[in-house]
Amino acid sequence: MRFYRLLLRLYPASFRENYGEELIGVFAAQQRRTAGFLPRARLWMVTIADVLLNAARAHADILRQDLRLAVRTLRRSPAFSITAIVVTALGVGATTATVTLTDFVLLRPLPFPDSEQLVKIWQGPPDRPPTLRGLSGTNDVSPGLYLGWKSLSPVFSSMGAFGTVTSNLTGSGDPERLDGAVVTYDALPTVGIAPALGRPFRVDDDREDAPCVVLISQSLWRQHFAGERSALGTRMILDDESCEIAGVMPRGFDFPSRTTQFWRPVRFAPDAATDFGDRYLRIIGRLKPQVSFEQGRGALAAASAQLARTTSADRANVSAVMISLRDEINDQSRMLLITMAAAAGCLLLIACTNLASLTVARATTRARELAVRTALGAGRRRLIRQWLTESALLAAVGGSIGLAVAIGAIPTAIRLVPTTLPIAEVPSVDLRMLAIAAIATLGTGIGFGVLPAVRVARRPAATDLREAGRSSAGRGATRLRGALVVTQVAASIVLLVGAGLLIRALERVQATPPGFDTSRVLTLRTFLPWSKYGPQATRTHFYQRVLGDVARMPGVTAAAYTSYLPMTFRGGIWDVTIPGRPVNPARPDFASARFVTPQYFRAMGIPLMAGRAFDESDSERTQPIAIVSASFATTYLDGREAIGATFTFGPAGRRTIVGIVGDVKVRGLERRSEPQTYLPYTQQGDNQVMGYSPKDLVVRFDPAHGDDDALLAAVPAIRRIITGADPAQPISDVQPLSALVDGETGTRVIQVRVLGAFALVSCLLAAVGLHGLLAFVVSTRTREFGVRLALGAQPRQILALVARRGMWLGLVGVVAGLAVAYDAGRWLDSLLAGISPTDLMTLSVAAGLSLLVTIVSSLLPAIKAARTNPRDAIQAE
Amino acid sequence: MDIDDPSRPLPPAVLHILMALADEDQHGYAIIQSITVRTGGRVKIGPGTLYRSLHRMLEEGLVVELDERPSPDQDDERRRYYRITPLGRKAARAEAARLAELVRLARISGLAPRKA
Repeated sequence: MRFYRLLLRLYPASFRENYGEELIGVFAAQQRRTAGFLPRARLWMVTIADVLLNAARAHADILRQDLRLAVRTLRRSPAFSITAIVVTALGVGATTATVTLTDFVLLRPLPFPDSEQLVKIWQGPPDRPPTLRGLSGTNDVSPGLYLGWKSLSPVFSSMGAFGTVTSNLTGSGDPERLDGAVVTYDALPTVGIAPALGRPFRVDDDREDAPCVVLISQSLWRQHFAGERSALGTRMILDDESCEIAGVMPRGFDFPSRTTQFWRPVRFAPDAATDFGDRYLRIIGRLKPQVSFEQGRGALAAASAQLARTTSADRANVSAVMISLRDEINDQSRMLLITMAAAAGCLLLIACTNLASLTVARATTRARELAVRTALGAGRRRLIRQWLTESALLAAVGGSIGLAVAIGAIPTAIRLVPTTLPIAEVPSVDLRMLAIAAIATLGTGIGFGVLPAVRVARRPAATDLREAGRSSAGRGATRLRGALVVTQVAASIVLLVGAGLLIRALERVQATPPGFDTSRVLTLRTFLPWSKYGPQATRTHFYQRVLGDVARMPGVTAAAYTSYLPMTFRGGIWDVTIPGRPVNPARPDFASARFVTPQYFRAMGIPLMAGRAFDESDSERTQPIAIVSASFATTYLDGREAIGATFTFGPAGRRTIVGIVGDVKVRGLERRSEPQTYLPYTQQGDNQVMGYSPKDLVVRFDPAHGDDDALLAAVPAIRRIITGADPAQPISDVQPLSALVDGETGTRVIQVRVLGAFALVSCLLAAVGLHGLLAFVVSTRTREFGVRLALGAQPRQILALVARRGMWLGLVGVVAGLAVAYDAGRWLDSLLAGISPTDLMTLSVAAGLSLLVTIVSSLLPAIKAARTNPRDAIQAE
Repeated sequence: MDIDDPSRPLPPAVLHILMALADEDQHGYAIIQSITVRTGGRVKIGPGTLYRSLHRMLEEGLVVELDERPSPDQDDERRRYYRITPLGRKAARAEAARLAELVRLARISGLAPRKA
């Protein structure tokens, strides 16, 4: 019987209270009539089934009733309902979107098997401390380093190398530029993904004389070959070489980057093992299963030391820098994502406190209703259950809308993530995301549903029958709401300061002079295939033909070619050796290398500071010369006369300086760039350093072509000129030079927009919260104000009374928020491009804005209070 | 349950309870036994189902609760009695008519046994 009573607890409390005794009586009677083990057992089974089934149904009945009532009640107060839903949607939406993104990028395992064993390897200076985080000071490796380290590192089960290339696809429709990768035959197996169709690369494919084979991506396969299996074995023409399609990689395979469309074997030259100069490879390694990251790093360090000893080449004297594939996301991006998640959390906090405040207010007014209904016989617990259903309904609706908003926002948010991270294009909506949204919703629902319900449950009913606002319980609720408002204001200050700091950092970066003049300049890329343009003469002919025709176009004041535009290419640096200057093998001097045509500096607006620019008389037959940037002269020549000085420059040999130009920010607006060196395009040589063949066309227009549209209107004419010089030559990357520089701050702009939006919304929510609280206080004190006014008080004084209350709350919130922001600002340091986290201007503006908002939201209820009609107020109750 | 809508059926348990109460007021356990006896053991209602249905029927006005009286067959312990209301009778009649109509249609289609 005790057991049966226990079972009955499954029923809703109200049902139990009504029918509990009856149920027990019936069961007792049934028990009396049954005898024998089997019949009794049967009775128990039937009874248990009966209880389980009907308890569930009873709960469902109550839920249905409560939901219907909840919908009716909420419809009657649309302002509250809509506010609650909107606030919930905002909080849940923002949180879900940012947390999903952060989870996807930082927490989820990479889409490769056993990805914890995968590492990427670069080279660094020999004295680099092995535990140094980040990738500063590292460089791509040369074939010699790769092959050497590979043979000396038994802790790796496999080690492949890869480099990124962009090639011309011709022969099917318009020529097209494709991003791809050259890989050693074991690079993709190291990563662990095999082709979905066809076959992987074999050792034979990776020899210098092997026929060309490629693997293509799913998207390329669908676009160009209509997803037909018959594409296997056919050929495509990449950079004028006919390559057989050996296989198709699976969908979503984004290695080394999300834009990679094809993979080709790297096909080392026979002397690759001794080639330590050509640095264009990155290494992907897989540690053996038992080997830890630390062990791997140690073994690799030993290998690189051994290689440096056994080879005589200076350039082999480097350290190996190993980073787990997951950690490759640089600190800035990680910081950014975490900041976004924290900001979303802030917003959720504000949303929850706002909702709690709203609901507490409602609960206080409904306390009377609760008391009356309890006095009339409704179960207290039943009423509370009903309230919880209401809150749950609001939370569910708001949460669903929030989830929809998050799903819509993800494609925009994904642009914050660098393309080199091997994640899918867009995180798909899946269980994890739904779980995150559900947790956020649940937290919100609990946050604002349970709180008032619990408060009400604890108070004795009698107190509620008195005036809701004037009772001590009502005052307690008001104090609680005051605390909530302070929290909201403080949180919104934190977001405002964060957004403000990022805005200032953005401004600072945007104001950084790039070193060249971006107005009225058009750029585009024509990559000359190496097979066709190996001989210097063919290239010279092409450039002269194109530049000659372009320069004659209307409005063009200068046209030139360069190896790479600034800010488009991370590397391209060669060693610099100055006679008389001691060489430090640990830290060699280097400069960035670019081949340019004579009008380059004029086209780019780079000032010529001494000596001369290149001209058409500089050719492969005249003296090998170079033009260097000002920092080259100051750093490497120690005040000696630069013009006429000579130096040895990587594979370009001995060069004489004929001119000095201003520095440009080669590595980007935010990074330190090495000194620059420019070489005449005619002195590149046959089949030498082909990667540096000038490919970027720069065209400067006169002031009549002021805006970007006018610039882009010139593209078809330029395209015709280029096709005239070489019909198989595609053009790509068409953009104004100003867009290139703007692109440098693209991510920052998104950051600012997102955080700025969060900050504004939070400000708004805090204002709503404060306004709501003051309006409520005023409504409960209407009578008192009426009495005061009747007794001779000035409306002005009433206004001041109410406004002061609001201002005080706002002030406390601002101070608390500033304290938190001051401390937390340190966190953002790496994102701030040099702005101090405690930047006074930002803090002041944030505080000022918040105080302004506080004033406005306090004034409205205060004015209403001051306008109280004394007679109406006193008679109202 | 919507008694005014002739197309919506009453849950079977409700009809059985109404039939059991048609002749006399009964308490919970007696209703269960009555139903078992009437249907020859083919239909047995558990106590949970019974009281849940009674709860809804009370809300819909199909039955009313009476003050507790001692029950002669349950050791004189006080049990709640239930009485069918005119509305309840109306609902039961409407349901019976609905079922009769269904059977008639089934006979026409040859799916029900002909009257003997």
